[in-house]
Amino acid sequence: MSSAHDLTRRTVLGTAATVATVAVAPALLAGCAVGGDDNPDQAQGQKDTKNPLGVKDDAPLEVVIFNGGFGEEYAKAHEAMYKENFPKATITHSAVVEIGKTLQPRFIDGTPPDVVNNSGANSIDPGSLVSQGQLADLTELLNAPSLDTPGKTVRQTLLPGAVETGSFDSKVFILNYAYTVYGIWHSSKLFKDKGWEYAKTWDEHIALCKTIKAAGIAPWTYQGLHPRYMSWPVISTAIKFAGPQVALDIDNLQPNAWKSEGMKMAADAWHQIVKDKYILDGSPGLDHKQSQTEWCNGKAVFISCGSWLENEQKAVTPAGFDMAVAPTPSLGKSDKLPFEAVRGTAGEPFVVPAKAKNQRGGMEYLRTMLSMKGAKDFTGKVSSLTIVAGSADSISLPPGLSSAVKVLKASGDKGFNWVYPVYYRKLERNLIDAACGEFFSGRIGPAEFLDKCQKGADEIAADPSFKKYKRT
Amino acid sequence: MRHGKYPLLAAFLLPAIGLYATLVISPYAQAFFIAMTDWQGLSSNFNFVGFDNFRYLLKDSYMWNALWHNILLMVLLPVLTIALGLFLASMLNVGDGRGRVRGVRGSAVFKIVFFAPQVLSIAIIGVLWKEVYNPRSGILNGGLRAIGLDGLAKTWLGDPAVAFWAVLAVMVWANAGFYVVLFGAAMQSIPRDIYEAAALDGTGRWTTLWRVTLPLVWDTVQVAWVYLAIIALDGFALVQVMTRGGPNFSTDVVGQRMYDVAFTEFKFGLGSAIGVVMFFLTLSVTVLALRLTRRERIEFS
Repeated sequence: MSSAHDLTRRTVLGTAATVATVAVAPALLAGCAVGGDDNPDQAQGQKDTKNPLGVKDDAPLEVVIFNGGFGEEYAKAHEAMYKENFPKATITHSAVVEIGKTLQPRFIDGTPPDVVNNSGANSIDPGSLVSQGQLADLTELLNAPSLDTPGKTVRQTLLPGAVETGSFDSKVFILNYAYTVYGIWHSSKLFKDKGWEYAKTWDEHIALCKTIKAAGIAPWTYQGLHPRYMSWPVISTAIKFAGPQVALDIDNLQPNAWKSEGMKMAADAWHQIVKDKYILDGSPGLDHKQSQTEWCNGKAVFISCGSWLENEQKAVTPAGFDMAVAPTPSLGKSDKLPFEAVRGTAGEPFVVPAKAKNQRGGMEYLRTMLSMKGAKDFTGKVSSLTIVAGSADSISLPPGLSSAVKVLKASGDKGFNWVYPVYYRKLERNLIDAACGEFFSGRIGPAEFLDKCQKGADEIAADPSFKKYKRT
Repeated sequence: MRHGKYPLLAAFLLPAIGLYATLVISPYAQAFFIAMTDWQGLSSNFNFVGFDNFRYLLKDSYMWNALWHNILLMVLLPVLTIALGLFLASMLNVGDGRGRVRGVRGSAVFKIVFFAPQVLSIAIIGVLWKEVYNPRSGILNGGLRAIGLDGLAKTWLGDPAVAFWAVLAVMVWANAGFYVVLFGAAMQSIPRDIYEAAALDGTGRWTTLWRVTLPLVWDTVQVAWVYLAIIALDGFALVQVMTRGGPNFSTDVVGQRMYDVAFTEFKFGLGSAIGVVMFFLTLSVTVLALRLTRRERIEFS
């Protein structure tokens, strides 16, 4: 170690640090995570009656599908239909699970695909995509004539409320393709065996819960680790009691929207199932799969969910279970909406990026999906409704879905929905979620529950980093 | 030799430094920059906002809540894990007492059993324990009920008063095995005659552990402390798999906060700011831990 002064560890490290600094500077300039932006030329063709959106017939089309509950086969069928109309186009199809991780860099880079099925747990927050100007306005598509329903525009072929969930400040940026019915699920077989009847009013519901509990079954369970599922029946009850204004105020972040008369009545009513211990023991500690499986195994009678439940539980549902969905019970005679009114909403978002190279083609692809042929094919393949009216007719459906169709038909134009989870995902996923967890595990009462919800909404309202949307 | 030295060194070092700079240092540096912007991570548009993000964090009650949990973890995880690790390691290696320097009976089997969690990935550990904690069909409540302790059965991950401790227990379980092996190796290198001398003086197991073994493996304990403190500052993977910070934010940690802010709220500027805060926290904890645990070295001679 006598010549240590020549080359010590310290000098090597010192040199390394200098080299590193020099090396970092260009890396910062070249490979920067936030950089890269170019607006590509959009492929454009001649507009005519057969090609109302002006698709360039040989422009390649890239479609990215979320490979989740619906799989990817339905998309391949839609692509084949597109190809029938535009034989010269080459279509690149990919199906991924992690939409966000896969596509975020491409959005930043300005080279997104032409159609994105932005769905699943790793989907990209729609509100942010819109506020960043990354999505194309789909109004032109909606006003274009339908592909196979003569004399109607695409918009006119859709179910009521289908476009609403993708609208931001009167522009339509997201097409939610599947139609979901939210309600209270039960096994019709169990009801038939026991001679029970689904209760239409809250008092009857509580009486039924009493009967069920006496029969040795828990009346309710819920997705304890994701308690926001229980916010759906509470808000539904409030809307049916006091009218759709309840939802409008919540969506528009009106002051004290969560503490309206309707919400108070609803929270008080739902507190009953907590107070009277009508919820399956241990529910707060179960996640969605665990609780839904307890429900399928007959440990609990009711559960709140959307119509994806049937697909999700396919593997564990006993034969002859006959799941059925029903609207939330009415609070009383003075309810503004009838018992039949149910929350129906479009889900499964499809978008055309603003910087897509073949934006016209992307919209045309959505028009293909929204044709009667495309929609029927989807419903047949994945057992889910679409937003195209009448597309489930004459298709044989599994019990849960056919009950959803029936409920939807009965609800008719009295159906309702809210969209604050689309505008402000954090509000539902974190804040309302936490409040529901406290409420349905019995740690707080209805007044504190609404306070906590309101506090969450106020936080979002006061935070300028969330872009605010209004609907009317 | 002397003339050719620098080119040779450069040939070895530069490619590695180049890779390190682009793959490690550059993202770090960019995070510092992004933390000063309002970038949303979905386009190339952003504004420079200076220290606004840090000011926001300073007032953010969710951030403080998460940080508090990390601090609790940072104190409890090393203490519990090291205590358990030391106890088990000494039982397995020098715990036989009676003057003979070897482990208790069956220690070879125990070594494998304790180390087993270490070969499982953190995601598997999370899913496994989520089922163990299942209030209805999990083996924990099942076991408690089977032995008549129904009163102790809980909703575990569903109860804000319990969930944090349940997660902490899994962390200790997952880490202890590694430190048993680490401390075991250190104990093996302690000269036997020291134990024999101690035994001649009539020390019991506890005194031997406290007065002989611990001082002689102190270096290793020190390293363990730093590692565990860093693990505690993270804690993200397990929380993400088991609770996502819930119920009611009772298991939220800074890493989970960063994930939520970046990937559900799409505020990458703010998310990066949380990352920068974590960076400095980890750095200062490491320096602090090394300072506090510095003791004079004991030389075997």
